[in-house]
Amino acid sequence: MADSRAVKSLRSSPHLKQSVTVAQIMRNVVFALIPVCAWSVYAFGFSVLLLLATTTLVCMLSEAMFCRISGRTSSLGDWSIVITGLLLGLTLPPGFPLWMAAVAAFVAVGLGKALFGGLGYNVMNPALVGRAFVQAAFPVAITTWSPPFLPGRFTELIPSTLTAPFMMPEPIDAWIDQKSIDAFSGATPLALQKFEQVSTPLTELLTGTVSGSAGETSAIIILLGGIYLAARRMMDWRLPVGVMLGAVIVSLPFWLLDAARYPDPLFVLLSGGLMLAAVFMVSDMVASPVTPLGVWVYALFIGMLTVVIRLFGGLTEGVMYAILLGNAISPLISLVTQPKVFGERNKS
Amino acid sequence: MSAIKKSNILKTGESTWSFHGGIKLPGHKDMSTGKPIARMPSSDRYVIPLNQHMGAEGEVLVSTGENVLKGQMLAGPHGLISAAVHSPVSGKVAEITQHRFPHPSGLAGTCIVIENDHKDEWVERNPIGEDYTTISSHELRNIVRDAGIVGLGGATFPAAVKQTEVGIETLILNGVECEPYITCDDMLMRERADGIIKGAKIIAHIIKAEQCIIAIEDNKPEAIEAITRAVSRDGSENITVQSVPTIYPSGGERQLIKIITGNEVPVNGLPADIHVLCHNVATSYTIYKAIFEAEPLISRIVTITGRGINSPRNLEVDIGTSIHDCIEHCGGYSNDARALIMGGPMMGLTLNTDELPVIKATNCLLVTAGIDISLPDSEIHMPCIRCGKCVDVCPANLLPQQLYWFAADKDYDRAVDYNLFDCIECGCCAYVCPSQIPLVQYYRFAKSNIWEQERERKKSDIARQRHENRLERLEKQKQEREARLKKKRDALSKNKSSRDKEMDKKKALIAEALARVNEKKSKQNTKAKNTENLTPEQQQKIKQADARRENMKKHENQ
Repeated sequence: MADSRAVKSLRSSPHLKQSVTVAQIMRNVVFALIPVCAWSVYAFGFSVLLLLATTTLVCMLSEAMFCRISGRTSSLGDWSIVITGLLLGLTLPPGFPLWMAAVAAFVAVGLGKALFGGLGYNVMNPALVGRAFVQAAFPVAITTWSPPFLPGRFTELIPSTLTAPFMMPEPIDAWIDQKSIDAFSGATPLALQKFEQVSTPLTELLTGTVSGSAGETSAIIILLGGIYLAARRMMDWRLPVGVMLGAVIVSLPFWLLDAARYPDPLFVLLSGGLMLAAVFMVSDMVASPVTPLGVWVYALFIGMLTVVIRLFGGLTEGVMYAILLGNAISPLISLVTQPKVFGERNKS
Repeated sequence: MSAIKKSNILKTGESTWSFHGGIKLPGHKDMSTGKPIARMPSSDRYVIPLNQHMGAEGEVLVSTGENVLKGQMLAGPHGLISAAVHSPVSGKVAEITQHRFPHPSGLAGTCIVIENDHKDEWVERNPIGEDYTTISSHELRNIVRDAGIVGLGGATFPAAVKQTEVGIETLILNGVECEPYITCDDMLMRERADGIIKGAKIIAHIIKAEQCIIAIEDNKPEAIEAITRAVSRDGSENITVQSVPTIYPSGGERQLIKIITGNEVPVNGLPADIHVLCHNVATSYTIYKAIFEAEPLISRIVTITGRGINSPRNLEVDIGTSIHDCIEHCGGYSNDARALIMGGPMMGLTLNTDELPVIKATNCLLVTAGIDISLPDSEIHMPCIRCGKCVDVCPANLLPQQLYWFAADKDYDRAVDYNLFDCIECGCCAYVCPSQIPLVQYYRFAKSNIWEQERERKKSDIARQRHENRLERLEKQKQEREARLKKKRDALSKNKSSRDKEMDKKKALIAEALARVNEKKSKQNTKAKNTENLTPEQQQKIKQADARRENMKKHENQ
């Protein structure tokens, strides 16, 4: 039959397919994260490079292991695990002991992702699950900060980085004092503001010349990464915008009431991990709602809760728990924000 | 239900309303618009399936060996939602048999095979022409019905059935043709605009619409120009041309109505509920042919296109012509031809052979080649990452991701709760899905399973009903029997009592009689003078006589 060539593929419609794939999206998120990582390495030195390499590699190895154990095909090819590794590394202090980082990475993949069935099934952001675990397990190490731009940061490591496995790190204050020209209080801008009402200049926050977690440095670089992803339609712009809006909604009235005691909204946005979280963690597709209204509810909830924890909680930083809580209620948000179906009439 | 506000209707050039979602697709329309519509030469043999439309199969009116004329009805509509089929040529009914034809099931159906005698003899025709305005809607509808006219946009719903004349204000002619590759409506509008306008006026007359809006996607400037010119030639004031943005699926009936009027057809409702009726431009042209030339639907324009075709173009093809012949007429398959699709790439049907007839629904024959169409090669898809892209593009405003979840889990109750049946299977969600999930296939699977369950439930419902009916019947019979028995018993007891009464009466009569007798006796006794006033001797004698009698009796007893 002359038509034998035309019989090769038989399937039901649609026969057209846009070529964007999950791996492509994830790869682009990694691209957007690379400048953030690069700037962090530049600011804090080789310790951060080792830290990011550790979290990423351990995440990848754990993922491969869990895939093998559960008999799933390896999901390393979809790049999502690289994002988890990088994000986890960016939420840790620059001098965080590498063995603890490895524990965090293993927990992130095991508890945060594999346990639920892998990509697409996790309830919470895996990186933050890992971060929350080490926050509880190693409360001192995770709040030991080192200042950026120390001389010799590319020739020697922060002493705590290479702490032997299962050992607690030595205090690094003496080492910092020896390196630093100015006296370093060891406090992040958020802690300074919260406990001493000392505000950090916004320019320092924007360019990331402050102490803090590896990734909560330059707001500008993070924003550029976000704009890149949004422009390529690989991130829902409503999520970061909603988080920032939520943060402003709660912080503005307090600042207006008592500007001396409460931080101004711009400081709230630029300090701590809020920007990194808003752009790269809240926008994690898997754990966020899918309904158009739900997206806004979710983002606003996280933004507002972050500020509430920061202002009234015992912690200086609240974005991690805000996101984890947001993840937890995300299915509920989806449930109560069902869109009106085409042609459905208002029940009246 | 509120009527469309007049201000809601947009005139030519104004911006339109929009519907949620939709996608921009590469058009590939130029491929087949380069040459004018050509007439496909007549074949020797035509295969006319009875079931080319939505609804019931037609009723065969001819028998094997019978001579038929061109335009003669071969099968009449059977039931309310059904359509007639006609012979495209004069000739002989070669056979009435099961033959495969383009259908999602891939199964065969009853087909009438006509052998062409190439005499091209028409059946007797009585065109109505311009006089249609003097004819009632009912009669015109019957003509449309008998001409076998169905919606030519693809759904093939019998046209006359939806031409209600109650409460319709606006007729929308759908010239959107939003699927990539297809250009049959585009070419029809370019070349036969006058007929389309006449058809629109006939439909408007049938349904008593106040105005007609012809909607054309803005990627067809030639068609818009041709139709606009035809409207001004015609001079009708209540016909407007509206260009609509090129976004798939703006040609979907409900989506188009939203674009034009700003109103949504209610769920489970019809366009008539919001005073609108929608017809495809090709349907309008066919209605014009039926009224002005008394020509039933025996041919249609088919786009034969795709990179797998050597010389893509539009053909006017008689219904029943072999698809293979049509493709050969367009230069045949190219060397890297891959898949044959009837319809567009988004909602079309793949065919596994071209030895099938062109039917009323065949708007396009698309042959893909090489990477012409990016069919995902792997059957394994990534897990859903809930990116929400499907939600953004769904024109029915559903949550495709949730529906997929429920369909994959076979949680059909919740799938229905999430309005699975409002899915129009346009394929937008699957098109954008980065995980390459065949979403529409999941929905179809779920839908057919739900239908199956529904059928099973109906069956068991019927069985249960039957059982209940039987029980009821038995109960009824029992009751009836009891009632009958009771009646009988009652009747019996009644009889008895009446007999008793009779007996009583009789007894009374007897008693009376006895009493009378006694009375008589006593009277007689009193009257028996010979025993009265007896002397003592006489009494003695009587006594003696009595004693003798006694003795005699005793004697006898001994």
